[in-house]
Formats: sequence, structure tokens, C-alpha cells
Amino acid sequence: MNSTFQFLSFSDPNVLFVVLGTMLLGASAAIVGCFSFLRKRALVGDAIAHSILPGVCLAFMVSGSKNPLYLIIGAFITGWLSLLLIDGITRTTKLKSDTAIGIILSVFFGVGILLLTSIQHSGNASQAGLDKFLFGKAASLTKDDVYVFGTIAAILILVVILFYKEFKLISFNPDYAKVIGLPVRFLEFMLATITVLAVAVGIQAVGVVLMAALLITPASGARFWTDKLGVMILIATFFGAISGFLGSYISYVAPAMPTGPWIVMCLSLLTVGSIWFAPKTGMLARFRVQQDNQRKILIENVLKLFYHLGEKDGGFKKQRSIKVLLATRDLRMKELKRGLLLLKKENWLRKKGDHWVITESGLNEAKRVIKLHRLWEMYLNQRLKLEPDHVHNDAEAIEHIITPELERQLEKELNYPTKDPHQSTIPYVE
Amino acid sequence: MEAFWIILVGSLIAVSCALLGSYLILRKMAMVGDAISHAVLPGIVIAYLLSGSRETLPMLVGAAALGVLTTVLIELFHKKSNLQMDASIGITFTWLFAIGIILISLFAGQVDLDQDCVLYGEIAYVPLDLWITESGYNMGPRTVWIASGLLLLLLLFIWRGYKGLFITTFNEEFAKALGIGVAFWHYALMGAVSLTTVISFESVGAILVVALLIVPPATAYLITTDLKKMLLLSSIFGILSAIGGYYLASLINGSIAGAIASVAGFLFLCVWVLELLRKKRVISI
Repeated sequence: MNSTFQFLSFSDPNVLFVVLGTMLLGASAAIVGCFSFLRKRALVGDAIAHSILPGVCLAFMVSGSKNPLYLIIGAFITGWLSLLLIDGITRTTKLKSDTAIGIILSVFFGVGILLLTSIQHSGNASQAGLDKFLFGKAASLTKDDVYVFGTIAAILILVVILFYKEFKLISFNPDYAKVIGLPVRFLEFMLATITVLAVAVGIQAVGVVLMAALLITPASGARFWTDKLGVMILIATFFGAISGFLGSYISYVAPAMPTGPWIVMCLSLLTVGSIWFAPKTGMLARFRVQQDNQRKILIENVLKLFYHLGEKDGGFKKQRSIKVLLATRDLRMKELKRGLLLLKKENWLRKKGDHWVITESGLNEAKRVIKLHRLWEMYLNQRLKLEPDHVHNDAEAIEHIITPELERQLEKELNYPTKDPHQSTIPYVE
Repeated sequence: MEAFWIILVGSLIAVSCALLGSYLILRKMAMVGDAISHAVLPGIVIAYLLSGSRETLPMLVGAAALGVLTTVLIELFHKKSNLQMDASIGITFTWLFAIGIILISLFAGQVDLDQDCVLYGEIAYVPLDLWITESGYNMGPRTVWIASGLLLLLLLFIWRGYKGLFITTFNEEFAKALGIGVAFWHYALMGAVSLTTVISFESVGAILVVALLIVPPATAYLITTDLKKMLLLSSIFGILSAIGGYYLASLINGSIAGAIASVAGFLFLCVWVLELLRKKRVISI
């Protein structure tokens, strides 16, 4: 608890730098990542991250110093080169973009490792620390780093605000953007540039492999909460920043823990949580909707059973045994029993001994479904000129979906028919 | 002799990767291979913790399990929640890799794996790890045996499963209609990729496995459309990269694995440029 207090009070200025630095990195990568995500170029960030390594090494070999400015310039050049090559490979060969990304990512990284190990073996004393680019050094961020990150984050945010509308358009509809005369190539260049920039600085916090997560993971998570780009960017930024904060907190409290991987861990948990639990689009919500639909279809089908049997022998309210019900429709015993119980709960069926009886309200509901089925058959037959023996299967599916509005429209359109194409009566509920 | 062993191991692994990679590329799953190669890390660490040693078998099991888990997670995010494919790949492998690194740090005292080794391996140590039989007979480096075993296994897999792999790769719908288990071949291939990755791990590391998986097959794919030729050519490109990489590395005193990836990339570049020139000439005629 003591260390938590120390951490939160920022009594140690280094803590402040680390927290600020990682939060800035997380936030700026998340902003840029939203656009990469929406343009379906999530893995390009991964390629850039790997391609930066040879640039850093070359910059060091040429300049002989570890001045962050030179290193970032080198990183920037190879990062950009990787983008151009990926584009070139996909344009001029039959290789798909993911293969192109894989080639560039692994080869550039291989070259980077070759150069890095060569530099390390050369015995040049000033090289120590270059390998920070591999795994990041979030725990040892300094004041200078924070200034650099802060400046770059500010530039990124400024560019995104200035070109927000344009970026939005080329993310969703680049063709339209071209048609209305926007400089699409220039805008793509700007987006690519800020992506490379975000990766070049972010990599110093979490390292090569995990950099991709800083870009894509917050955007993917945020996507589940909203359909608005502005809101999505805000949520992603929040995810990025809070993960930066939590990651540095964890590695402060437990010094053996690496900061970068914990940042990614927090991000991933937030995002996987969103994927599961987000309302409407989350996996659970979808599952629930699916369950509800299946339930609705099941009970409507069972209700129809009672109606069909009643239609056959004239006694809608007769008692029916499970055996008879099973013989009428292709249903599994387990499903039928579940349907019967659900209907009992709705008060649409009553159980009498071993037999089941439909209630008044149940009968009305059954009539509604049967009516929709037969109206639709009628519609297909009359308007689409389908043969009567071709319309049943389609109606079997649509009967569960038609809304009351559509129902009224169908009735009107067909002028309140009384018989369906098979000459069965269409029941109307008074 | 050392050079021979290193080149031999490099070539064995390169051929294994090239064979599998050909299928990955044709199935448009190049980045899934990349993801698996990163995501097996926690599997290796957990196997290490449970078995307490660097035995090959537990590691293989751990890695294969994680490899399959990776594909399951990717599919789950992609299909069940409509997350686009590239994003679900990116999220899954970075998450698992982060877990792997965290586990390594957590059990640093008990796990003899370090981050550098994970990323770029060390093929130069291959000749040092000798397999001495109980009678004291020197069988040569252990990795050579493991890598040969892997290659034999893969050759057997591709030979026996050639038709199934072929048909599910090129026409999944047709395969389904014929009643061929599409899912079976999918997961069999993913399992094979995980095995190859973990065996290659110690010698070439996670990211350079990707280079060997993707780059030689992609190079071969530029100049042929025949699957058998592609398998053969990509193996040749893989072997050339291994040989060239060894000498390049000794020339500038760098990582052999890095050099192998660089040479593979160089070969790709040459073939690409030659193809571009050839196409240009065809058009101008």
C-alpha cells in the first residue's frame, strides 16, 4: 500500500516522467491506430515497427552517436521505405498484402538484427542501449524523453485535428474523396507519416514486437463501443493512456515486472473485455440476441403445431399428446419439451396430465404467425409469380421476422386475402 | 566442421519452413504464421515451468497447444464478433507474446530463456550441444537430429496429405462438397506450423522463423504457379539463404539468423526485379 501511495504522489520525479511518457505514447499511438484500423491496415504498424530497427542501426553507424534525433531520422527513413515496398510488392506482383507485410517485416528485422549484432560485436562502447529499441525501456524514461514524446504527441494530435474531416473521408471512402477532388495521395502520405512517427517513438516504450498492440488494440476495443469516429478516437485514447498508467504502476510496485508487456496486457484485457461485454456489438450481446431469436422461432413453431392440428380436425382447443406433436413436425424431443415449457410460462399453453392445450391468447398468437406465413406465401405467389409449391420454405423463415408495420402493408397490398396459394384459410384475429 | 553443422541445421529448418510457408501463402495466411510464431512463447515458458527442463517434448506440446489456441482466438474474434481479420491477428499475438514475456520475468530465476534468445535465437551454439550416446559415441549436434526429424515428419505429412492440403488450399467450397474435413487440414497445418516454430525457436528465434516461412515461398511464387515446383523452388531458396547467411554473418561478424533473413530478402528482391524487367520487356515487345 505504501508503494501505491508513493507512486500516486509522484514524490519521485522519475515516476512522474515514466507515467507521463507512457501515457503520452499510449494515447498518441491509439489516435493514429484508429485510422490504421479503419483503413484495414492494422498489421502495417507491425511491419513499420520491425522496419525501424535497421534504420536505427544505420543511423548509429553513420553518425556514430546515439543522439535520439539521428536515430529517429534513421527510423523514419526505413519505416517509410517499408511502406513503399509493401505497396510496391502488392501492386506489381500477385502476392497478397499480408504476404508482402510478412516479407518486409521479417527481412527488415533480419537486417536490423544483423547490423545490431555486428555493431555489438565490433566493441564500440557507445553502442550500449541500442537494443532498447528491441524491447523498449519504458521503466527508464527520462525528462528529455518526455519532452520529445510530448512534442511528438502534440504534433500528431494537431495533424489529426487539422485534417480530421479529410482523414475520416479517406478512411471510409477513398474513392469518393478522390472524386470530390481531395488530394488523396497527399493525405495518405500524411497519415503514413504520422503512423511512422508514432511507431518510431512508441517503440522505445514497448519494443518492436509489442508496438503493433499499442496501435491496433485500443482502436479495436473502442470500435465495439461506438459507431462515431470522434467517440472512437476518444475511447481509444483513454484505453491507451490508462494502460500506460497501469503498466507503469505495476512495474513500479513490482520492480521485476516489465513495463511494456504490462501495458500491452492491460490494453488487451480492456479490448478483449470490450469484445465480450460491449452492449449491442459484444460477443455476449450477440449471443443473447441469437438465443432470443432461437427461442422465439422455437415457440412460434410449436404454437403453429397446435394450429395445424386444430385446422385438420376442427378442434383448436383439443388436448394434444407429445407423441402426436412430435409426429406432426420434424422436431427433436428435447426441443419440443423446451418449447412447451417456455409456452407454459408465457401462458399460451396449459398442461393437463400428459396432454397440452392451447389457451385463448396462445391461439391468437398462433393465428398471427400462421397469418404472416400465409400472407407472405400469397405475396410471393402474386407479386413475384412464384409457383405455389415454391413459396413455403421462404415463408417458414420470414414469418418470425415480419414486423407489425410490414404486416399491415402486406395486408393492404394484397387486399386482405382470405385464402393462401394452397387454398388454406388465412386467419385474422378480431 | 562447425560451419557444416550450422549450415546443415539452417538448411533443414529453412526447408521445413519453406514447405509449410508455401501452403500458408497460398491460403492467404502468411500473417497467421507470423502470429503463431510469436504466440507460442507462453506455451514454451509454461512447458518449461512444468517440466523444469529444456526437454524437447514438453516444449513441443506446449507450443502446439498455444499455436492452436492462437488460431482459435483469431477465428473467435473474427467470426463471432466481426472484428476484422488483421486486427484480430494483431491483438491475439501481441497479447500472447506479452503474456510470455511477463511469465519469463515472473519466473526469471527458474526459466533459462532470455528475451534476445526468443527474438533471434542463436544458431552459432548448435555445434556445442552434442548428443553423446550412453556408450559415449558422439552422434553430432542434437539439433541436427531434431531438425531432421521435423523435416521427415513434415515430408510425411505433405506426402500423405498432399491431396487434402491441395484441395482445401485452392478450393475450400469444393472440398466441403466432397466431404473433406476442411477444419481438420486447417488445424493440422496450424499444428505443424507451431511445431516447426518451436523447433526453430532456439536456433533462429521467433521473428526469423517468419522470414523463413514467408520469404522463400513468396520468392518461388513469383516465378511459378505449379504447387510442386513452388515447394521445390522455395526449398532451394531456403537452402541458398542458409548458406549465404552463414558466410555473410561471418563476414561482418553478426547474427547468423539475421543474415539468413537478409539473404532471403535479397533473393526475393533479385527475383522481383528480374520479374519486373521481364514483364516490361514482354509488354514492350
